[in-house]
Amino acid sequence: MRADLEIIHEWIPSGSRVLDLGCGDGDLLASLAEHKQVSGYGLEIDPDKITACIARGVNVIEQNIDQGLGNFASNSFDVVVMTQSLQALQYPDKVLAEMLRVGKTCIITFPNFGHWRCRWYLTTKGRMPVSDFLPYTWYNTPNIHFCTFADFERLCHAQGARIEEGLAVDREHRHSLGSRLWPNLMGEIGIYRISGAGLAEHRVAV
Amino acid sequence: MPTVIPEDSVGLVSPQVAQFAEPLALACGRSLSHYELVYETYGELNAERSNAVLICHALSGHHHAAGYHSMDERKPGWWDSCIGPGKPIDTRKFFVVSLNNLGGCNGSTGPASRNPQTGRVYGSDFPVVTVEDWVNSQALLADRLGISQWAAVIGGSLGGMQALQWTISYPERVRHCLCIASAPKLSAQNIAFNEVARQAILTDPDYHGGHFQEQGTLPKRGLMLARMVGHITYLSDDAMGEKFGRERKSEKPNFDLHNVEFQVESYLRYQGEEFSGRFDANTYLLMTKALDYFDPAASQGGDLAKTLSVAKADFCVMSFTTDWRFSPARSREIVDALMAAKKNVSYLEIEAAQGHDAFLIPIPRYLQGFSAYMNRIKV
Repeated sequence: MRADLEIIHEWIPSGSRVLDLGCGDGDLLASLAEHKQVSGYGLEIDPDKITACIARGVNVIEQNIDQGLGNFASNSFDVVVMTQSLQALQYPDKVLAEMLRVGKTCIITFPNFGHWRCRWYLTTKGRMPVSDFLPYTWYNTPNIHFCTFADFERLCHAQGARIEEGLAVDREHRHSLGSRLWPNLMGEIGIYRISGAGLAEHRVAV
Repeated sequence: MPTVIPEDSVGLVSPQVAQFAEPLALACGRSLSHYELVYETYGELNAERSNAVLICHALSGHHHAAGYHSMDERKPGWWDSCIGPGKPIDTRKFFVVSLNNLGGCNGSTGPASRNPQTGRVYGSDFPVVTVEDWVNSQALLADRLGISQWAAVIGGSLGGMQALQWTISYPERVRHCLCIASAPKLSAQNIAFNEVARQAILTDPDYHGGHFQEQGTLPKRGLMLARMVGHITYLSDDAMGEKFGRERKSEKPNFDLHNVEFQVESYLRYQGEEFSGRFDANTYLLMTKALDYFDPAASQGGDLAKTLSVAKADFCVMSFTTDWRFSPARSREIVDALMAAKKNVSYLEIEAAQGHDAFLIPIPRYLQGFSAYMNRIKV
């Protein structure tokens, strides 16, 4: 399992109902179902990944997250998860608001565009960063809405969301001293647990 | 006609008949004292009797879903693309049962059968049957075959409605429900198209109030028109455009009001005529009525999630992008209700140009998703 998924796995209480936005091959849901009696659904639009989910018995719904979560009732899931998809969304702000509405807790992971390597690339070359980790050219990339940890946190505040937990890790998903002290500079991937304004008192046992 | 039976075919098959002498109470308040159901089976029922799959047919379908009745048969069964060794409904794994529904015209008791009480052909006196009635009769057939629980109940269109109804009427008897290109109930537009089809039949002078057999006639014109209207709704605008465009039979317009000019006209007439020669007009009326009446949520105040909350099955719902008869939005209504009811469900919205008919066509992604779901069913 991908390292960020392992961390998320720890954060999700046993027996929760989980909605996984952009669930890929269903790794997270399959593992959560097996080890934590978690039930729920994954949303995905890639046909091969959908088939992979079906083959392993993960409930998968072909649905484009950018078209909203209007078909889900408010607070209908304990946890709404979205890993490494925020930057690829057409309307990340609207999707975030929808996640906060549908889930009692939301877990989001995304790459940090404020990482020193991105800054260094931009400063020294004057061009949009391209790396092994973010290998796309600016004109041909699924990642159309990059942000930094600081940007993300601002959006959370603007939407009245409470940041319950935030973790900055490197691409191997280790958290070093540097990423703890200067997350927006040293962290490559952010893993956030947030909850909506109306549910400030709500605690998820972790 | 096959000169050699293809390897992925179930091969030569022959229909069987189950006779029932216990009266069957129907939703309309009437009952059938005696009736027969014609069915076919493919594959072998395992020792645990845990690998049985029921195929439910759509409006004009029947029991002959796969394989060939003889080497002279021009085409295999109607769902041969999905049933057979190595196909999504793999007959090496599953024991497949496919029947002709009550009220049909392919061998099961229906309007063209003789009423044992009067000795006359039923005609329009045959009781109106509903999806629930069909499911009840299918359950009796399952009893007869020694199948207490289906591994899966599968259907497209009107067949998908039966599959859904199974999970509500007999939750303990269905482990998986595959509901394809279907809807939880008809829209006003759907009913409107059905009504045009019915009016075409009812106003045909050869219909004789539904007792045309006794008059030695057939309402072929009405049935042909009904099928032509229906057929338009089975295809997408794109599919029709691609198949026929504005192609004419002759190069120049012949300024004739009465004859076929465009290829699409010729196609529809051919389809209608072929159909009117093999289908019973009263059965057509019955099938469209069964569609119109289907609304399982009605008894729960329209709450589909509540209606489906009794289900014990896992669900697979599939729709096709250009289907406008039962559009993806209609399938999503089912999916949303199932999720609200906390059921296990997967949903595929398959990119396909063929419209409603896509569920009968071997579209690679459709077969892939279908196979993936069927493969994970434990028997």
